[in-house]
Amino acid sequence: MSNKKLAIISTKGTLDWGYPPFILASTAAALGYDVEIFFTFYGLQLLKKKINVKVSPLGNPGMPMPMGMDKWFPVLGTAIPGMESIMTMMMKSKMKAKGVASLEDLRELCIEADVKIVACQMTVDLFDMSPSDFIDGIEYGGAATFFEFAGEADITLFI
Amino acid sequence: MADFDQELDASGLNCPLPILRAKKSLAGMSAGQVLHIIATDPGSVKDFEAFAKQTGNELMESKEEGGKFTFLIKKA
Repeated sequence: MSNKKLAIISTKGTLDWGYPPFILASTAAALGYDVEIFFTFYGLQLLKKKINVKVSPLGNPGMPMPMGMDKWFPVLGTAIPGMESIMTMMMKSKMKAKGVASLEDLRELCIEADVKIVACQMTVDLFDMSPSDFIDGIEYGGAATFFEFAGEADITLFI
Repeated sequence: MADFDQELDASGLNCPLPILRAKKSLAGMSAGQVLHIIATDPGSVKDFEAFAKQTGNELMESKEEGGKFTFLIKKA
């Protein structure tokens, strides 16, 4: 019996949007799926050796804020310098307190489970990123590389 | 008290860690052996059912006692 296949395109480089690709990929691998994630545009931030992504309250009205701040805090206030870092710090400590794994840990679990990781060569060139900034064991490819796997996939997600 | 061969304490861990740890533990066990899992994530109740169904490992027992969820999974 050949395994089911899951293909994911990861395009977002924020703390919150970094989770779905790694959670779904690692879980699918645990369930016996063959998994490939194609990282493109801002999703490439998730492949940096040290992941340095933030969560932004700016333009994110659904984000729960502490102390009812979302009720009385003006929308423009979320653009204050430093807000992003503060919210990111708070989010990270909340995640730790609730037993949510770090992005690095989840990524490591994906790699251990043989999730195939492909970085978009075009974006790497576009942003003058250096492959030495990225973790080892990843492949570089383009849209055709993605379809080689996704064409056979049972599930394909764009995140 | 049911019999089991190995125990995994996933207390305090959140989705998807209990499932991933269980998978790892099962990988090191032989067919027919039973894994006892302790978790505090309420989502793990549905998740272990789904995990068992999809991997073919048998969920022999799923219990809740005082905020702790315990499972017995027999490796296929």
